[in-house]
Amino acid sequence: MAVTETTGTFVGTSVKRKEDATLLTGRATYVDNMTLPGTVTMAVVRSPYAHARIKSVNLDAARAAEGVVAAFSGTDLADDWKGSLPCAWPVTEDIKMPPHYPLAAEEARHQGDGVAVVIAESRALAKDAAELVEVEYEPLDAVVDVEKALEDGAPLVHSDLGTNECYVWKNETDDFQAALDAADVVVTRRYFQPRLIPNAIEPRAVIAQVGPSDEVTIWSATQVPHILRFALQIVLGIPESKIRVIAPDVGGGFGSKLNVYAEEALAVALARRLGRPVKWTEERAENYVATIHGRDVVHELTFAATKDGTITAVKSDAKCAMGAYLQLVTPGIPLLGAWLYTGPYAIPNYSVTFTGVFTHATPTDAYRGAGRPEATYVLERTIEALAQELGMDSLELRRKNFYTEFPATMSSGLTLDSGDYHASLDRLLELLDLDAIRADQESRRGRGDAKQIGVGFSTYNEMCGLAPSRILGAVRYAVGGWDSATIRFQPLGSVQVVTGTSPHGQSHETTWAQIVADQLGVDVDDVEVLHGDTAVSQLGMDTYGSRSLAVGGVALWHASQKIIGKARDVVAHQLEVSAGDLEFEGGTFSVKGSPDRAMSIQAVAFQAHAAHNLPDGMEPGLEATAVYDPPNFSWPAGAHAAVVEVDTETGDTRLVRYVAVDDVGTPVNPMVIDGQVHGGITQGIAAALYEEGAYDEDGNLLTTTMATYLVPSAAELPSYETDRTETESPTNPLGVKGVGETGTIAAAPAVINAVLDALSHLGVTDIQMPATPERVWRAIQEAKP
Amino acid sequence: MRPVALTVNGVRRELSLEPRELLVYVLRERLGLTGTNVGCDTSSCGACTVLVNGESVKSCTVLGVQADGLEITTIEGLASNGELHAVQQAFHDHHALQCGYCTPGMVLAAVSLIESGEATDRDTIREGLEGNLCRCTGYHNIVEAVAAAAGVS
Repeated sequence: MAVTETTGTFVGTSVKRKEDATLLTGRATYVDNMTLPGTVTMAVVRSPYAHARIKSVNLDAARAAEGVVAAFSGTDLADDWKGSLPCAWPVTEDIKMPPHYPLAAEEARHQGDGVAVVIAESRALAKDAAELVEVEYEPLDAVVDVEKALEDGAPLVHSDLGTNECYVWKNETDDFQAALDAADVVVTRRYFQPRLIPNAIEPRAVIAQVGPSDEVTIWSATQVPHILRFALQIVLGIPESKIRVIAPDVGGGFGSKLNVYAEEALAVALARRLGRPVKWTEERAENYVATIHGRDVVHELTFAATKDGTITAVKSDAKCAMGAYLQLVTPGIPLLGAWLYTGPYAIPNYSVTFTGVFTHATPTDAYRGAGRPEATYVLERTIEALAQELGMDSLELRRKNFYTEFPATMSSGLTLDSGDYHASLDRLLELLDLDAIRADQESRRGRGDAKQIGVGFSTYNEMCGLAPSRILGAVRYAVGGWDSATIRFQPLGSVQVVTGTSPHGQSHETTWAQIVADQLGVDVDDVEVLHGDTAVSQLGMDTYGSRSLAVGGVALWHASQKIIGKARDVVAHQLEVSAGDLEFEGGTFSVKGSPDRAMSIQAVAFQAHAAHNLPDGMEPGLEATAVYDPPNFSWPAGAHAAVVEVDTETGDTRLVRYVAVDDVGTPVNPMVIDGQVHGGITQGIAAALYEEGAYDEDGNLLTTTMATYLVPSAAELPSYETDRTETESPTNPLGVKGVGETGTIAAAPAVINAVLDALSHLGVTDIQMPATPERVWRAIQEAKP
Repeated sequence: MRPVALTVNGVRRELSLEPRELLVYVLRERLGLTGTNVGCDTSSCGACTVLVNGESVKSCTVLGVQADGLEITTIEGLASNGELHAVQQAFHDHHALQCGYCTPGMVLAAVSLIESGEATDRDTIREGLEGNLCRCTGYHNIVEAVAAAAGVS
């Protein structure tokens, strides 16, 4: 294993963030903070029913209301759409992909489905008038349970399809069944992972401005300005070359803004019709029904093993809710976890089946981790069950099956780049003091205390840094996984970096500057990072899937080398030496053996712009673009432990400690990494203990506010103990891996395993997420003999 | 419309407001103080927190007309003479913000908590910030920042 050392001046250090001054003083440019002259505001009328026929939409009263500019039904706008809101991931050849237009015209298919819009002179007037829209609905039967939706006679989400089954995707190794048949021990467990609502604190928001020749400028609270640009051409028929998408300051996303939404297309279509800028800002209540959800998966997971604890096969069968429509990558979310059902374990035989299922609920799509938390949860829960079945310590079972040689090609077909799984677990146990926890547990049990403690583990790896374009093509993803960087020296020596990534909290303005400053030997404060505007950053695939550093960050390295190469040629020409005789260190080129013959890179930049004395045929300027397509995903890994205290009388569970050791390759900014890990862990803990997007049987969302959905506050959570082991990725020159989702992937099973450990002496063996006081209390009662 | 006079960041403002206008929209739309963010419209998230006569208040729970005669401090008014307030500086030093959307409200809630003397240890800081939600940081670094600004070791 190669343990990297900090080599650069800035990379590896906790440079404080360039982003902060703006955000801390109230000068951020979130979309809702902006208003253009003449702006009108859009309000969307949404279906209160999960499933209903739209019999009529009467807009007369709304149109007559004060300040109303226009109002439209889905039928009124039907001709504005040249294509459906796009789904970019048709995972199988025979996948069913029903069209999805920005407003429903005939049938509403989930609570919150848009059926009409009102445009008025102000936010308040638009909202007033929206209440005057009279929609006559014929309520129809709905189904929100993923298994019931597959039963014969279930209400159909898209009746013309004749089924709610969207697709079946399968990947299985040749000898899987034989391995299963030959096993000494087979353990099967069933799990339901409920819906999660991403809850970026900034709701979505859009402003669209359209010129007389269809020149579109759209400001959107999006993670994906480049994807939105080409999606708008698909939906509206306006060529991408006329579309400028700006993602200004964006207040968190977690996958929920990795999408192309009805309101974005509506705002452009209406701005085009009305000749005025159209603005829409989502209310939180809308966010809960009209922005994508995550998870909602029923799993059956099987491990086959020998008596000595060698896991020989794994089988996963999952029913995955799509919701009512396919959003941008809805069907592909399970696939992002498909290669993780062996986890960090060298399991030679593998079978994974996903069934995508339409339900009368908000569409699902990417929520932090996207497919990987689902896989890791069932794996790390079931390995505990297998350990129990084998009468073996679960950490010993994990260690016995860890991959130890890298790169390692998994039975699922992809190759792990690097790792040292034992090292992370070793470090975790050093920090944890398991003996003391077990002693405390024993004495509490001995005394019969009401408050019991438990410790739970999760050892994970994950697949991120999306993604090698060829692999994406092979799994039928519609576009590539590369990213771009442009580095531009200005004549007087300052540096502009244009990135194709689109940060919304991830600190790229700081960390990208660190990478470039080290490569070019300039100060981090002399590097400005530009992003989030397709007029500035033409080439990009945006920010999601923990891809930004492992793809866009590596593109910075490649662009830097191009800059250095050109600068070297300029210096060689001007100093009349061969390029090979030049050294470049600390931002200065010097002639080997004659250090007084030197030029700073800033001086080269000036010379390159002045162009008075360049080699024949060289273009003026010092600027380079690199587009980087990664050869592999990046594969972070780690070991996490949760310690919980459970009140066995009330079921109340408190997280006492959370210890995380992650290996995310070479660290660029440890402070930022820790921040990503803290946030990721919190969303995993939230899933384990608090959050659930729950529907009633009729498809009414029951958790409609942050207070009922239970986004945790500081008061529910402890401070975290985090550390790292460092195994550089051999697939890129920076040695980096992604970090944005590790915590979310690892945390939920660690916490639930801890709750079950706390209650194991009471005979409790299963509990469904979230482990609410009621569920814990019931589990204790039901386990009583 | 009702006449209302309030002092915002030290400046007296005289406005004519609809009775239904929430203070947060008065600040954002009438006065152009967009540093105060709206996160939930339902007083759950605390993104809209401002100081009213020195105490933290969720400005989506107050009508503009109720602010008549009161002194409001928003995030724009917290730094003085180009120097960040100690809580703003601590948030920067401890990486207590990522996307920044909850930050103005979180900072003002923390200012109020510290000035009230209730930020005595990390537990009281966590309890005191219960009304302000952050989705990025997991609160760890927010608690560290507030502890530092409060002089809690």
